[in-house]
Amino acid sequence: MIEHKKVYGIGAEFPNAGELMRAAEKVRDAGFKRWDVHSPYPIHGMDKAMGLGKSWLSAVAFLGGLTGLSVAAFLEFFPSLAIYPMDVHGKPISFMTVPAFFPIMFEWTVLFSACFVVNGLLLFTQLPKWYHPLFNWERFSRASDNGFFLVIEARDPKFSESKTRQFLDEIGAAHITLVHD
Amino acid sequence: MANGTTTYEQQKADVTLVPLVANGRSAQWITQNVSSIVEDRTPGWWWVALSITAPIALFGLFCIAYQISTGVGVWGENHPVGWAWDITNFVFWIGIGHAGTLISAILFLTRQRWRTSINRSAEAMTLIAVVCAGIFPGIHVGRVWMAWFLAPVPVSYAIWPNFRSPLLWDVFAVSTYFSVSVLFWYTGLVPDLATLRDRAKSKVARFLYGIFALGWRGANRHWRHYEMAYLILAGVSTPLVLSVHSVVSFDFATSVIPGWHTAIFPPYFVAGAIFGGFAMVLTILLPARLLYPQLKDLITPQHIDKMCKIILLTGSMVGYAYMMEFVMAAYSTNKFEVWLFLRSRVADPLICEKLLHIPRAPYWWAYWSMLTCNVFIPQFFWWKSNRRNLIVVFIIAQFVNCGMWFERFVIIVTSIHRDFLPSSWGMFHPTWVEIGTFVGTFGIFLSLFLLFMRFLPMIAMSEVKIVLPEADPHHHSHALSDSTTGHAGAGEEVHHS
Repeated sequence: MIEHKKVYGIGAEFPNAGELMRAAEKVRDAGFKRWDVHSPYPIHGMDKAMGLGKSWLSAVAFLGGLTGLSVAAFLEFFPSLAIYPMDVHGKPISFMTVPAFFPIMFEWTVLFSACFVVNGLLLFTQLPKWYHPLFNWERFSRASDNGFFLVIEARDPKFSESKTRQFLDEIGAAHITLVHD
Repeated sequence: MANGTTTYEQQKADVTLVPLVANGRSAQWITQNVSSIVEDRTPGWWWVALSITAPIALFGLFCIAYQISTGVGVWGENHPVGWAWDITNFVFWIGIGHAGTLISAILFLTRQRWRTSINRSAEAMTLIAVVCAGIFPGIHVGRVWMAWFLAPVPVSYAIWPNFRSPLLWDVFAVSTYFSVSVLFWYTGLVPDLATLRDRAKSKVARFLYGIFALGWRGANRHWRHYEMAYLILAGVSTPLVLSVHSVVSFDFATSVIPGWHTAIFPPYFVAGAIFGGFAMVLTILLPARLLYPQLKDLITPQHIDKMCKIILLTGSMVGYAYMMEFVMAAYSTNKFEVWLFLRSRVADPLICEKLLHIPRAPYWWAYWSMLTCNVFIPQFFWWKSNRRNLIVVFIIAQFVNCGMWFERFVIIVTSIHRDFLPSSWGMFHPTWVEIGTFVGTFGIFLSLFLLFMRFLPMIAMSEVKIVLPEADPHHHSHALSDSTTGHAGAGEEVHHS
């Protein structure tokens, strides 16, 4: 760790979800902007404690559904009614047969919204990212087990190595560690 | 084994809220005990099991190769029975796939928190079952190298798929179902893959789990979008799972064949799919629970009890649909419909033939097997002592598995083996090739599931941790001293859930 120079931020550990949430409220109120909490599972109420709003991934899903619906409609109507009208067993081929096109329109609405939402998730969370400074921190591997962490980044305008460390100490953090890039 | 007799304490524990994770296990315990299934040395029984299922799977693949290289005539299908085991097996497997998505999507939206211990393995089972299902329509077309005709791609000789055909809807429905199920399953897996990555001892394991964990680090700024993504995937999967088997039923319902041309088919198929799917979930989880005793605290008798109740409910819905088909046949006064039900399906050798002098139906045994397995036997689940007796549960689940296969066989073969003209009646006899292909899909199914158990966490760890009392941020503020009592303590957990 010595050879690393650049500081990524200060990490701290909390004993449980409740403590982490109360700490998050204090960090939010202290006016920090570039910080995050890490937990093995989503904590109910944490978004509010961090001052985060609703996730607009729902808009991406809606857009996906709309795209799927229109692509399927075009894919079906244009060939079936215009360029390749197909007479099967003398059954009608007019626009009145439109209910027969609904199942595929429905399926593609679902398919596209699911694909959009998963890609949107990757975009919003900037994943995949196989390297992250936090993985240099030994204790951090417990974030996927039963550890609760709070990390304030050095990029935050209010960040100061000594003051932030002191602040974290005051709000009851343990294992306060400087994380290097 | 869960005991058949219930004590007063047990009954009392059941009326109060029983914790979803038994014995007051902690998050760390869950991580340790679920990951150890993947991390420990491969157990001996696993090799024994794989050495049985893998050759069966290979024999199935051999049968498929033989059928493709020789021609579809190696199967027993002939006029008038043009669809038989191929489509029976397709509908059977795709139906089994429905339980996974029901658990992951519908039970998520309805806030059934007990789903968290079983959703991962049920979803894996769904994917594998859909793979098995996809084999049959793929190869039953005979010339499989023409299968791309199903895809809407512009071709020089101006043949475009007929979008008005239910068979094409089926292609879109099943492929969408598979794709969305993969996305849903993988999204759920990412946090657990991160756990395995963080625990991995070997370089290879850390690299591979690391790649698939996408660099997940449990950040709340990620969880926020992740939870929304999960909710939306559950939201779109809910109508999807109901639509897939509806579309499968359209393959039959939009035809004019007596026995197929029925408006009740979509709900009837969906209920049957969930029914059969849960039976397969139990078939797989009960042995898994025996082989990995630590799972007993995660998949508790309560979970099994709830699955049995769903089987009872959907089995009764299926029974209602069977009866409603009779009512519609009688009410419609369509003589072909009445003939089909009475003389091709129901007429048994004892009551109908001996007493009523109605000649026995050629497939009476299939119909009565279906009715016994699907409607009569699951009624044992009305008794709690049966739902809590794992041997009874396992045996009934096997009856349901058989019954659901017979249901599809009855629907498909009995409806077409007697055409409108008696001159074109005929029976269906399977050949060794199609029997081998069907048995082979069980080999494929079980082999893939064994691989899944060995390499991926079969319990959704991050989701199970949410249902622990300690996951509630307000838990520690007023239960600091009580949280480590260690036993099930039903009473004190009530206010946390």
